[in-house]
Amino acid sequence: MDSRAGSARRVTVSPRTMLALFVGKLAAVMTRSLGKGGGTSLPGLLATRVQPHLVRELASQLQRGTIVVSGTNGKTTTSRMLASILTEAGVSVLRNASGSNLTRGVASALIARFDLWGTIRSEVSTFGLFEVDEAALPEVVELVQPSKLLLNNLFRDQLDRYGEVAMVARLWSKAIARLPAAAIVIANADDPLVAEVAVNNSECPLYFGISSVPDKGSTGEHASDVKTCPRCGGPIEYTLVTLGHLGHYRCSNCEFVRPEPVVCAENVRLRGIDGSDFTLAAGDVSASVHFPLPGLYNVYNALAAAAAATALGIDMSQIATALGNATAAFGRMERLEVDGHTVYLALAKNPAGLNEVMRTILQSSEKANLLMLLNDNTADGHDVSWIWDADVEMLAGHTGQVAFSGTRAPDMALRFKYAEVSDERGGKSRIELNTEAGLVHALAGLGAGEVLFVVPTYTAMLDVRGVLTRLGHVNPYWEE
Amino acid sequence: MRPTLHLVHLYPGLLNLYGDRGNIITLQKRCAWRGIELRVHQIGLGESLPPDPVDLYFMGGDQDREQTVVERDLRERHREAIQNHVSAGVPFLAVCGSYQLLQQYYRPAEGPELVGLGIIDAYTVHPGHDVPRCVGNIVVEWEGGTIVGFENHGGRTYLQAGAAPLGRVIQGHGNNGEDGFEGARTGNVFGTYVHGSLLPKNPAFADLLLHLALKPRYPDYELEPLDDSLEATAHDAAIRRARAMRG
Repeated sequence: MDSRAGSARRVTVSPRTMLALFVGKLAAVMTRSLGKGGGTSLPGLLATRVQPHLVRELASQLQRGTIVVSGTNGKTTTSRMLASILTEAGVSVLRNASGSNLTRGVASALIARFDLWGTIRSEVSTFGLFEVDEAALPEVVELVQPSKLLLNNLFRDQLDRYGEVAMVARLWSKAIARLPAAAIVIANADDPLVAEVAVNNSECPLYFGISSVPDKGSTGEHASDVKTCPRCGGPIEYTLVTLGHLGHYRCSNCEFVRPEPVVCAENVRLRGIDGSDFTLAAGDVSASVHFPLPGLYNVYNALAAAAAATALGIDMSQIATALGNATAAFGRMERLEVDGHTVYLALAKNPAGLNEVMRTILQSSEKANLLMLLNDNTADGHDVSWIWDADVEMLAGHTGQVAFSGTRAPDMALRFKYAEVSDERGGKSRIELNTEAGLVHALAGLGAGEVLFVVPTYTAMLDVRGVLTRLGHVNPYWEE
Repeated sequence: MRPTLHLVHLYPGLLNLYGDRGNIITLQKRCAWRGIELRVHQIGLGESLPPDPVDLYFMGGDQDREQTVVERDLRERHREAIQNHVSAGVPFLAVCGSYQLLQQYYRPAEGPELVGLGIIDAYTVHPGHDVPRCVGNIVVEWEGGTIVGFENHGGRTYLQAGAAPLGRVIQGHGNNGEDGFEGARTGNVFGTYVHGSLLPKNPAFADLLLHLALKPRYPDYELEPLDDSLEATAHDAAIRRARAMRG
């Protein structure tokens, strides 16, 4: 264990912290050996019970600084892209596991990389990259004291847990207030809710945004979460709607207007499920990006990662190269091969997300075979009413086999019935509450070489991954 | 003769939280499948109601911020017309925040009291952001069987002498989590906290509204039954799920 000690800095931590590290490491070993998952949550939970200041103490030793990434959609994909940009630039990155995005998840990640004496196991200086749940942001920011805070977007998601979108905005204002004085807030200029939080609470935010999408106009979606100006309540007008309530906006009553972004994606051209092309620009530097992830939502994730990397002093050309090599995070339009079929796993957990997934599916398939997986567990949100705000109608006439699974499968089947989207193979759409049975039947119904789109909510995606892992098709998510 | 119904959807751009759109879609399809034409008139801030006939009103839920904007427009522009319509028996479905706006008054957690239309004899008090919201699956027993859905509201509603409850809470909070009642019915005006959406999984409720909407102008028209087996499956599954999640 001491072979590394020569190059790493020895830090004295309190006996309580050492005990907490011991407890955490023991919990990690136990959960792994019992096959109970990757130890991405319990170690941190137990260790912070022993030492509530553990995260603060360990995070302060990350010499390159830390960034906290939040937003309703795209936390995992953004963090993943930022990590690969930094890794290729020679920076050692410490990340929490995706989905383990509360304080305990951050603590678990730190425990795994520090030794029992509270010294980081790394030869080079390390940068901390933590994706954090929207509601946990004030607490984590208080503990981690990050040098950068990235706010990507704010959509309606899990209202039963968070109350209202406005409430999350209040939490974020609180989080910004707890940042160290020199910290930089990196914010999405195209999201009026994010921009209003950033502009009110931060000295000089670094904004990113999409400048132009030749194929998009100013038509809104039903899923829009912003109907009035977040500042004065007056009518808000758009000259470009990219997705949901994101775009180029201005209040017609007060001075509230989209801030001018520094890091931009210009002339975005979508290439369906294969990704998009755009020019990444910051000031007078630019680079073209041949980006392999689909949809405008992923362009925003790329921009968010690029803006953070720019703030960390990485070269534009290096950023563009890394973005060109991006791969899907697990379950985010992730491509798998299962029994001779291509299976896309496309997480959709709120109306804006589902609309983007459906749009991407339509661009890639004439008659899409779908398995819709709707769960209402705590991590999904107990309220499934959001499915009625998604524009499922767009699928009418474009589906092959359609099946439903998950704890609220009949709700989704009903949504499809009222959108008049049916199983065009003529059969009655199959409803199967059990995910494994649903997946097995959906695969069995496919013709030779046919593609299946599996569209799950968050816990349903973990269920599907669990089934596929057992069958040997994918690796457990914590090995990513 | 094929009936044509006129539905007024108030403030659809502002009040469409919690899948309220599902209620409109359900009414539209359940009409279309029976050959009834349903014209939906979307009336936003500052806009006038369509000329008569108006056969049905719908108004959805919202965030507190939007509610304040709507309150004044509703009271100043539409109060009289709505009162005339509902006293003539035109049905009105109001969900969550709109249910509150039809009452005597709403006292929010912060900011001034909102004066309601006073159509439903009840009032609502928001006990403050420190008090837990009424959130979760809800099952209600009413004259038409059971209603199942989801509720998510901070305000607590108290019915007064002039309002009857829509139903009795079997599971969940309902109006205030104390007296065991959910929603209100005054004549053909229905107020409820059930969304999720309300009408797709409760087709009997949807058809009652359509029946009431048809009655004044098409008194002899009988609604043809539809195949509601999928609706029933979803309704029953939601009740089972509500029970399982309580335990």
